[in-house]
Amino acid sequence: MAKLRQCAIYGKGGIGKSTTTQNLVAALAEAGKKVMIVGCDPKADSTRLILHSKAQTTVMHLAAESGSVEDLELEDVLSVGFGGVKCVESGGPEPGVGCAGRGVITAINFLEEEGAYDDALDFVFYDVLGDVVCGGFAMPIRENKAQEIYIVCSGEMMAMYAANNIAKGIVKYANSGGVRLGGLICNSRNTDREDDLIVALAERLGTQMIHFVPRDNVVQHAEIRRMTVIEYDPKAKQADEYRALAQKIIANTKLVIPTPVEMEELEDLLMEFGIMEQEDESIIGKTAAELAAELAA
Amino acid sequence: MQTADKIKPCYPLFGDDDYQASLQAKRADFEEGHAADKVHEAFLWTTSQEYQELNFKREALTVDPAKACQPLGAVLCATGFHKTLPYVHGSQGCVAYFRSYFNRHFKEPCSCVSDSMTEDAAVFGGQKNMFDGLANAKALYQPEMIAVSTTCMAEVIGDDLNAFINNTKKEGHIPQEFPVPFAHTPSFVGSHVTGWDNMEEGILRSFTLNDMAGKKPGSNGKVNLVPGFETYLGNYRVIKRMLSKMGVDYTMLSDPSEVFDTPADGEFRMYAGGTTQAEIKDAPNAHTTLLLQPWQLDKTRKLVEGTWNHEVPKLNIPMGIDWTDEFLMKVAEITGKPIPESLTKERGRAMDVLADSHAWLHGKKFALYGDPDFVQGLVKVLLECGAEPTHILCHNSNKRWGKAMQKLLDSSPFGANGKIYVGNDLWHLRSLCFTDRPDFLIGNSYGKYIQRDTRYKGAEFEVPLIRLGFPLFDRHHLHRQTTLGYEGMIQIVTTLTNAVLEQLDRETAEMGVTDYNFDLVR
Repeated sequence: MAKLRQCAIYGKGGIGKSTTTQNLVAALAEAGKKVMIVGCDPKADSTRLILHSKAQTTVMHLAAESGSVEDLELEDVLSVGFGGVKCVESGGPEPGVGCAGRGVITAINFLEEEGAYDDALDFVFYDVLGDVVCGGFAMPIRENKAQEIYIVCSGEMMAMYAANNIAKGIVKYANSGGVRLGGLICNSRNTDREDDLIVALAERLGTQMIHFVPRDNVVQHAEIRRMTVIEYDPKAKQADEYRALAQKIIANTKLVIPTPVEMEELEDLLMEFGIMEQEDESIIGKTAAELAAELAA
Repeated sequence: MQTADKIKPCYPLFGDDDYQASLQAKRADFEEGHAADKVHEAFLWTTSQEYQELNFKREALTVDPAKACQPLGAVLCATGFHKTLPYVHGSQGCVAYFRSYFNRHFKEPCSCVSDSMTEDAAVFGGQKNMFDGLANAKALYQPEMIAVSTTCMAEVIGDDLNAFINNTKKEGHIPQEFPVPFAHTPSFVGSHVTGWDNMEEGILRSFTLNDMAGKKPGSNGKVNLVPGFETYLGNYRVIKRMLSKMGVDYTMLSDPSEVFDTPADGEFRMYAGGTTQAEIKDAPNAHTTLLLQPWQLDKTRKLVEGTWNHEVPKLNIPMGIDWTDEFLMKVAEITGKPIPESLTKERGRAMDVLADSHAWLHGKKFALYGDPDFVQGLVKVLLECGAEPTHILCHNSNKRWGKAMQKLLDSSPFGANGKIYVGNDLWHLRSLCFTDRPDFLIGNSYGKYIQRDTRYKGAEFEVPLIRLGFPLFDRHHLHRQTTLGYEGMIQIVTTLTNAVLEQLDRETAEMGVTDYNFDLVR
C-alpha cells in the first residue's frame, strides 16, 4: 500500500480551513481512503462535521482530568466519524491563560508515542490555528511529520498577506527538513477575478492553485446540521467540487519550497487586480490641518 | 577492593589497582577519547593568549556562569521572614535545586515548596496547581505567610500570580486574610540578586501599599535595613550588633540568620527567627531605609522612596574601613545617636589589624569575582590594604556598575592595574588567570576548578583560591563569617593574609633549597 501522507492545512483565521478540511477529508473517505484529522486549535472545532458533535473531548482536556498525559490511552481521545475518518483534537486552554502552543506539542507527541499513525492510514490532516503564533503551532511541520502543506486562502487582501507569511514560515522548515508546499486552495469569497488573482499569487509563490472551491450556501446548510456536504447532500454540485479537490490532492506531485514575495511585490499584485488602491505618498504623516493648509494654498 | 570492615571513601579507593584497571579498560574500550598527548596539547592551547582572544569573542555561549537564577534569590529573601514558607509556582526540579543549593552552603535544611506544574499545567496554566498547592502548603506546614515566586515555566506561559492568588482566596482554598505576597521571578532575566529584590519588594508592598494611612517617616524612631542577597550570617549579626551598640532601634527586613543556623538539640525548626509581619507593617514609620547592597535593590528602593516616602541615603556596601565609617556616620546623622566608644575601639582594632598585616598584602595581585556589591566592597578592602585587584569580574552587573568600579579603581594608586569585566563568566576568568597570572583568586567554590587547571600547567602557574562569596560548598562554616563592618574587615584581612602566608610556606618548604625563608615568625 501507499506510504502515509501527512498534510497540514494553514491559512488566515476564519477563512474556512476547518470546513474545507472536513469536506475534503469526507471526499477522500468516500473515495476509499483511510484518513485521520488532527485538530491543532484550542477551539477544538476541526472534527465536528465528521463526528456530528459540538466539540470532541480533547487530548489536553483528558490529560488535565487524569492528571498527566502518561495516563491517557489512544482509545480515550480517538473518535471515528463519517466514512471511518479518525478524529483527534489537541485542545488547549481558554484564551488568555496557559500556553496553547505547548498543548499542540503535547498532543502530537502523545499521538506519535501511542502509535496513532498506523500503517492502515493513507492520510493525516493537521488543521492548524489561523496564525502560526509560536513554535508550538509549527509542530505539525517539524521533522518527520507533515510533508505537504496546503494554504487555504481567498481573493481578499488579508487572506493573501497571510498566505504569503505562511509561505515564509514554510521556507524556514523546508530548508532544514522535508516539508513542502502543495498548493493554495482558494475558498471563494466571490471577489472580482478571484481565481485569476490566486493563480497569479500561486505562480509568484512558486506553487499552484490546486483547486478553486466556489461559494455555495449548501455548505452552510450542511454545517448547521453538523455535517459535511458530502454526507448531507452527496448529489450537490458543491460535493463534486470537494471530490475534485480530493482527487487533485491524491494526484498531487507538485511539492515545492515556496518563494514568498516581498510586501511591495504583493501590493503591486493587489493593485494590478484592483484590490488595493495606489497609495498617495504625498499625504503620509500629514495632519488634517496641514492638508487643509496645502489645499488652500 | 572495598570491604565491609574497612570502608574507604572514593579517594583513595579509586586509586587501588582493581579500580584503576577497570577505569583504564573503560577508557580504552568505550570512551573513544583522544590520546593523552592530544588532550594535553588542547589544554595548553586553552591557556594561550590566542585562545583568550577567541574566548572573549564568544557570543552565544556561557561557560561556568558566575551567577544563579532569580527564584533562588526569592527563596532566600522569603526565608528571612517570620514563619514564612517560600513557595515556587512552577516546575518541581527547580525547587529541588534551590533547596540543595542552600543545603550545601549552610549545611542546614531549607524548607521550600513547589506546586509542581506538569505537562497539563504548562498548557492550561497553573491556576489549579496553585489552588491545591496553597491549600496544602498552608495545612501541612502551618506558615503565617506564603511568599510566592515563579520558575521560567510559569513565566513563559504568562501565569498571572495576582489573579491566581486572588482566585485561590475567592474560591475558599485559603482564607481571604491569609498573606500571600508574590513576585514574578523569570530566571532568564537578571540573576539571583534580582530575584531577591523582586521578592523583597513584593513582600513589603503587600503589607504596606494599601495601608499607608497614618504612617509617618520617623514616627517609630527606627531605621530599616535591607540586606539584599546576603549569605554571610555574620553580616546580619554584625549590623545588628553595631546598631545595638549605638542604641539604635532597627528592623532587618529579611533575616534568615536564625533559620539557617538552628541548634542541634533534637528539635527540627522549620521556621526560626525572621522579620515579623508587625515589623513590616511598621517599617514605613522608620526614619529611613538603608540598603546594604544598593546595586541590587532597585525595585525595593523605588517602593521605599515612592510609597513609604523615605529618603534613601546614597551609601555603598559597608565593607572596609571607609565605607563602614560612612555607614555608621549616616546612621548617627539620621537618628541623632552618637557613635559609641566601643565602636570607635573596634575601628581602632581593625586599623591595628591592617597595620600588622598590610606589609604582606602590599602589591599582591588578586583576581576576584562575585555579586556586584560584594565585588565592589572587596575591591575597596583590597585597595585599603594596598593590595592590587587585577581581574575584577561580575557576571550579573551592568555598565553603570562598571563605570562606578572604574572610578573606585582610579581613586587609588593600587587600582592602576585593575580591569573590570562585566557580564563575563568563569571560563573568561580562567583565560585571564593563565595569560596574566594573579597571585590569588578570590571567589566562591567554583573557583577551585581554575586553581586545579592552573596547577596542572605547572606549580609556577597555580593560582590559589581564597574562598569568599557564595556559594561555598567545599569548606565548612564559612557562611557564619562576617564581611561587613570593622569585624568583617578584620576577618577578610585575616583570611587574605593567612592565605598569603600559607602559600609562602608551601613555596619555602623545600628542605635545603627554599627553606632559608621557611620562617617561624611571619
